[in-house]
Amino acid sequence: MAKKEYAFYPGCSSQLKASASNYLVSTNSMCNSLDIKLTEIPDWNCCGASVGYCEGGELPRVAINARNFAQAETHLPGQDIVATCAACWLGARESKERLDGSAQLMKETNEALAAAGLHYSGGANVRHMVEVLIEDFGYEGLKQPMKKSLEGIKFAGYVGCQTNRPFGIDGESFENPMYLDKMVETFGGEALTAYDQKVTCCGGALAFSEPDKSQKQIRDIVEAAYDAGAEMIVTPCPLCQANVEVYQSEINKKQGTKFNMPVMYYSQLMTIAYGGSAKDAGLNGQLIRAEKLEKIADK
Amino acid sequence: MSNANSQANLANLARYQNNFLKEVEERVEEGHMVKMCMQCGVCAGSCPLGPHWEHSPQKIFMMIRAGKRDEVLGSDSMFMCTSCYNCMVRCPREIPITHIMHGLANYAHRLGTAPKGQPTREFATLFWNNLSKKGRVNELTLTLRHYFRGGLVSGIKEALNMQSIGLGLFLAKRLNPMEIFGGHGVKDLKGFHAILAKAKEIEDRKKGFKA
Repeated sequence: MAKKEYAFYPGCSSQLKASASNYLVSTNSMCNSLDIKLTEIPDWNCCGASVGYCEGGELPRVAINARNFAQAETHLPGQDIVATCAACWLGARESKERLDGSAQLMKETNEALAAAGLHYSGGANVRHMVEVLIEDFGYEGLKQPMKKSLEGIKFAGYVGCQTNRPFGIDGESFENPMYLDKMVETFGGEALTAYDQKVTCCGGALAFSEPDKSQKQIRDIVEAAYDAGAEMIVTPCPLCQANVEVYQSEINKKQGTKFNMPVMYYSQLMTIAYGGSAKDAGLNGQLIRAEKLEKIADK
Repeated sequence: MSNANSQANLANLARYQNNFLKEVEERVEEGHMVKMCMQCGVCAGSCPLGPHWEHSPQKIFMMIRAGKRDEVLGSDSMFMCTSCYNCMVRCPREIPITHIMHGLANYAHRLGTAPKGQPTREFATLFWNNLSKKGRVNELTLTLRHYFRGGLVSGIKEALNMQSIGLGLFLAKRLNPMEIFGGHGVKDLKGFHAILAKAKEIEDRKKGFKA
């Protein structure tokens, strides 16, 4: 039996051949090494993301999240729901807290769920994968399966917004959370604590609708990583990863910069530290290759 | 939103008798917290899109209390929200500012008073419609619909601009051209749609929107 079991909520961007498919690949490898069993919530649906607000409204957003809770409660009773995506975690946890806080909303939500023969009784516990790692395993526990050190690589820990605000990781500050730096150090990497755009917004969904305004944010985030001496950026959020990696070439084209900074997930770093191959870590999913990590993987 | 529909929505607003604060408290998500604002301005200084909006959350809250209904519901400022939650975690009165901005944007959008062609209003609508269709987001059709929102010619231009990124994502197995034929979705689509329809029906009834 696995050491820990969770009801897994991978989210839309983690699906096969979607924008964060390499996040899922590396998460699966990382969890294998830690003896974590993830079981997908049967037939899960989208969380609505933050930008769903405009057309979605409150109850429809809460109701679709409650559909996932109901599925988890029925099919994976007693297991915490764990999301890897920052927006999934936020959407789900926000819904859960609103439902916990309002009997009226709970009643209306169950009225909506009943249309599909479902019921949510309020037992969901919604967590982010990073919370699971830090709270259920701890930095020392995470070190145990380690086979290789990430020594010699300088990382800018880019936490971003939604894994940090409004909920964040217990015990961390909103302005200067340290968990990502501590994770990097746990696996032998050099965490650049002077990196000053750690919690800056990448523009989120506005990277699509307001590209110039978002690309100014992204430029600041990447530039500060160079200024701090970083060789790679590491992040826990799939939208941060995509925005900060994908638009570097656009910014180079428009503004004459020469950005070429790999942007990685913590799960990719951990997979390599646990002795996984470049493929296990989804390194082939990078637009900007992380050559130094590839070298460690090949060792 | 059809014109007749907007008229119907406006008709049942008479009971607020120019008390816009009351209207916001009753009909906007978390609107009851607006009156907690003490005008300190921390939200205004915390927003990453600060240089781009006309009205900070602080201003919007004061305008609501001053009854500036048309100005608030016609403002594009709420649509500048990236959902970064900076304002919300810093607010000394613990007002859920981000949620209120979303709620106001949703309300103005539903009433039809929000600025026409506002890019995030359009993208957000596309996003919701996209996920509603199959229960999960189809990144390819979402992106293509976004690029082609202004018609064929501008769409082709925008898509060509982004083609190297698209090719890179495809080669990295992070974009699937076959998604255009449907792609990922929930199995119990009928149930998913039934939940959405029922939730919308309840919310519309409560907020006085005609379906």
